Amino acid sequence: MASERMPVIIEDAILQCHGSIYKERMYLMRRLITGLVLSALCVSYAQAGVVEQQLDNGMKVIVKQDRRAPIAVSQVWYKVGSSYEFGGITGVSHVLEHMMFKGTKNHPPGEFSRIIAANGGDENAFTGRDYTAYFQTMASDRLEVSFELEADRMRNLLLLPEEFAKEVEVVKEERRMRTEDKPQSLTYERFLAGAYESSPNRNPVIGWMADLDSMQVEDLQVWYRKWYAPNNATLVVVGDVEPDKVIALAQRHFGPLKPEQVARPKPRMEPAQRGTKRFTVKVPAKQPYMVLGYKTPVVGKADEAWEPYALEMLAYVLDGGSSARLSNNLIRGSKLAVAADASYSAFSRLPGMLVMDAVPAPDTTVDVVEKALLKEVERFKTELVSEDEMERVRNQIIAAKVYEKDSVFYQAMLLGQLETVGLDWRLADDYVDHLKAVTAEQIRQVAQKYLVEDNLSVAVLEPLPLGDSLVKPVGKGIAHAH
Amino acid sequence: MVFCSGLLLAGWATAAPQIETWQTANGAKVLYVEAPEIEMVDVRIVFDAGSARDGGKQGVTSFTNSLLSEGAGDWNAYQIAERIEGVGAQLETGSLRDMAWVSVRSLTESKALSTTLETLAAVVAEPRFADEDIERQRQSILAGLVQDEQSPGSLGKKRLYQLVFGDHPYAGDPGGSIESVKAITRKDIVATHKRLYVAKNAQVAIVGAVSRQQAESIADRVTSGLEPGQAVPKLPPVRPLQAAVDEQIPFPSTQSHLYIGQPGMRRGDPDYFTLYVGNHILGGSGLVSLLSHEVRQKRGLSYSVYSFFLPMRQIGLFQMGLQTKNDQAGEALQVVRETLKRFIREGPTEKELEAAKQNITGGFPLRIASNGKIVEYLAVIGFYDLPLDYLDSFTDKVTAVTREQVQDAFQRRIDPDRLVRVQVGRITPLAQVSKQSDADSSK
Repeated sequence: MASERMPVIIEDAILQCHGSIYKERMYLMRRLITGLVLSALCVSYAQAGVVEQQLDNGMKVIVKQDRRAPIAVSQVWYKVGSSYEFGGITGVSHVLEHMMFKGTKNHPPGEFSRIIAANGGDENAFTGRDYTAYFQTMASDRLEVSFELEADRMRNLLLLPEEFAKEVEVVKEERRMRTEDKPQSLTYERFLAGAYESSPNRNPVIGWMADLDSMQVEDLQVWYRKWYAPNNATLVVVGDVEPDKVIALAQRHFGPLKPEQVARPKPRMEPAQRGTKRFTVKVPAKQPYMVLGYKTPVVGKADEAWEPYALEMLAYVLDGGSSARLSNNLIRGSKLAVAADASYSAFSRLPGMLVMDAVPAPDTTVDVVEKALLKEVERFKTELVSEDEMERVRNQIIAAKVYEKDSVFYQAMLLGQLETVGLDWRLADDYVDHLKAVTAEQIRQVAQKYLVEDNLSVAVLEPLPLGDSLVKPVGKGIAHAH
Repeated sequence: MVFCSGLLLAGWATAAPQIETWQTANGAKVLYVEAPEIEMVDVRIVFDAGSARDGGKQGVTSFTNSLLSEGAGDWNAYQIAERIEGVGAQLETGSLRDMAWVSVRSLTESKALSTTLETLAAVVAEPRFADEDIERQRQSILAGLVQDEQSPGSLGKKRLYQLVFGDHPYAGDPGGSIESVKAITRKDIVATHKRLYVAKNAQVAIVGAVSRQQAESIADRVTSGLEPGQAVPKLPPVRPLQAAVDEQIPFPSTQSHLYIGQPGMRRGDPDYFTLYVGNHILGGSGLVSLLSHEVRQKRGLSYSVYSFFLPMRQIGLFQMGLQTKNDQAGEALQVVRETLKRFIREGPTEKELEAAKQNITGGFPLRIASNGKIVEYLAVIGFYDLPLDYLDSFTDKVTAVTREQVQDAFQRRIDPDRLVRVQVGRITPLAQVSKQSDADSSK
């Protein structure tokens, strides 16, 4: 984080969350990924390993024992999110996530949350590009309360029209709060919309306002039937539990649920970019801002298996702390930026971008800052990263892996995320080894191959006066190409 | 609800962490909890050096705090970062109205730990405050303040504090203002550090896989460079509001942000648990709170709606807030006001109180489930001189709260006719909240 005091919001992978603000910076995955000390399927409970079991209806159950505190987190992950959506219904996964709290045949609207609260639980849900997930953290003897309620709403949601009518307005307020009235977020949204041609990554997780305006409860019914089934879900439990008992409990509550025919989404692979793209985003604001990104591969879809890990290392060298290059060269050295970040996520269903953003220092301009960022990129192509820098990144990753044990939530999050984007939770075990194996030469190679002009998109926030300007209505942006 | 009622309050006897305390040779208070499971340690040094101690130079305490890791002892900013990050440790500085702090997290492996502690000791005691670092940091702070000016939420929150706290030191924003930050000199910063970053004004919180003996040596080491100094004098009391205040700040946003506030309670307040439990019901429990029920679930007016007490050394803020599209601002405010008034008049129902207690006491194990959370509790307990059994007695005190006590405490402490209300957004006649107010709460 190059900008401790003034975080630049990167909303690419933002999790739209049901109840409270839950912001996932794009590189969160890099930090999250470091929580585990496990090897393959392990039935020896004494080692606090991970146990995996598939129920007969296709639902996957992953359990990790962590006895440090008498609590457990339970998360249900569905393989659906904004990257499954298409024109006209953007945001439907997230609105459905909100409606999952609005009543089933067995529990009237709001009762889910009341029961969890009465059991001392923390609960919430979040939607990303590749997943929609629901979680409860409670004293570990309350696990059955979660299972009973989650199993119920997996198949028995009511989707009452009068509840939908109110909740979609709540979501629009959420969009106004997170995006419409935040100049940097708005710029970032338009950046993604312009940078991608056909990839669903071009759509915001929360959806376009016009799509929210025209959304019908029937759209949600279709979406719910299509994706909410045990064979499209993963249950992850981490905490003070006995794995065999958790699996038996899961079998009791989720086992009877009927599977569905779940069609995989169309690939919608992004075509090769043919030249730099540039966008200007005019917003009432006081501060300029710029963001740029290069199209990059992800784990499982790269020419060479090591490439995504080399890109991870490259992102760390740029922005793995205050000693990393962006802080040291742009914020302290040349003083061209007051904030600068780099981020990359190796673990997504679809290829994404390596993104950098910056707020220029008051006496400089976005053009100058852009040149400085591009110079940092060029340096990777001509100069090998020093062993000192490589070693520092490795030490940070190894330590972060220890620190992640302090949170059962993050440990569960990591397992669920890897599984749900179509990879394997065991990748978590090998993550540190994969990064440690990256050489300086490999970093140079991925820079030369992917961080090239024809792969580049740049968006610049051009501040309009705040005083007399009116916020432009949604729908004027570059993003409405459907 | 039915199926879980038999389980309530059974088997929740979670032991709170055992806190040990002592003083370093130069007079800093230490609070320590042993957490042997993970080979890491958290150390947080807290100073009574928040913006309440700005002393007329608004923003000087946070400016000073932010410079600590930008150069200290033998090292410049890069060298400090390189030392910390090179051993996989993390260092964070921060400051609010009461507290300023520096915290680290490190592996307990000896090279990592010793490098981290040596750096932390220099950062708190020997910051360089080089002119170049000051100017760079000034630009960063100013950029943050400019960013606040394009955020209706930041504008509203700052104004709320000014109107609630008037001439009390809590009124100013910890970051200062553009004018005040421009005027701060190196001399101001050096003097601030000398006055506030002293042992008698410091508490050290330690949680991790270290023994008591190791913890004593850690505490000595990180405070060794601090002058004993003097504890700072008491802050003046916060005065109650004399009348309601309504203020509209025009802003070209799609939503209006509403901030409503009044002086609330302090740390160690005799009404602390009563108001805490009461507020949990009113607006402190997320989706199941009364405010959320009325504003969000029933009417779909806002994504986020809340109330909270921020207990401080002196009386801190009681705040309610929400964001809604501009033309609904009047309606939303009306709902919040009615909900608050009804709550004060009638208090919670037995059922609401019981549900709140179940949530708070049942959720207690979650509050202390990580080293990161425990070290924050230690810092608060140490800083505010709370009893060491604060965590042990927490659930009992919550359980003892009665319906009548909540009603009585809210009636004594919150006056719905003397609230500060700040609205930031497009002020249309329809949205203008003051015009919709009835006589009892207008200016």
